[in-house]
Amino acid sequence: MGGFYINWSGELAAFFAFAVVMIVGAVLMLTLTKVVHMVVSLAAVFLGLGGMFVVLEAEFVAFVQVLIYAGAVTILMIFGIMMTHHQAVQHEPARPVHEIVSAVAAILLFGILFYAIRTTEFEPSAPPLQAGVDNAMEIGKQLYTQHVIPFELVSVLLTVAFIGAIVIAKKEAE
Amino acid sequence: MLSSYLTMAAILFCIGLYGALSKRNAVIVLMSVELMLNAVNLNLVAFSKYGVVPSLAGQIFSLFTISVAAAEVAVGVAILIALFRARGAVNVDEFNEMRR
Repeated sequence: MGGFYINWSGELAAFFAFAVVMIVGAVLMLTLTKVVHMVVSLAAVFLGLGGMFVVLEAEFVAFVQVLIYAGAVTILMIFGIMMTHHQAVQHEPARPVHEIVSAVAAILLFGILFYAIRTTEFEPSAPPLQAGVDNAMEIGKQLYTQHVIPFELVSVLLTVAFIGAIVIAKKEAE
Repeated sequence: MLSSYLTMAAILFCIGLYGALSKRNAVIVLMSVELMLNAVNLNLVAFSKYGVVPSLAGQIFSLFTISVAAAEVAVGVAILIALFRARGAVNVDEFNEMRR
């Protein structure tokens, strides 16, 4: 078994603080009725995840997370709501059977995952990665040496995707 | 400590799955999908620190995931705007035909 020991370190305290922020934000995202409030709680989830990346000593990923998710994706979602949703309040007819089936599916999946996480033996054969010093520099070195072809492919993918998005969303000529 | 992060990611993933399955507004579904992708990123970064072979590869993978997810959101919102122009609504259960 993985063993559920708790020794209160600073990392654990920060982990629980960010975990509370993220879970509250995620649950609020599903329960709030105004769509703009949903986006704000989603931004709380993204910021909490960024904090969790800092706790995991992945500072560069944390800042990318804050820039792209909490900044760009949230704004894009607000744009999507403004362009598609006039009344901005989500009033949906009740679909109790559908919702209950979805909830059962999600809880079942969580049960399976939780069981698997609890019963798997994670043997740390190596000490935890200390990537805190010069994290961005190390990532940059690896990106430009070992992962340079995927890196270039991602830039091509982003260009193609954004041009495609413009073409799709453009008003068609009457 | 690793199993705490994995459990947290599982919680996030399941909340996102429930939202993606149960909501009708397509923007909310897109947001739930983002939540699930974020759970995957948390797993990658957690394994990059506490995994059996700790290395920076997990963080680099999560950077690639983030950029692909950004492209996905841009195309998704563009498709939603185009659909809204064509149909006047963004409810996912009305989009069950490619052509009418």
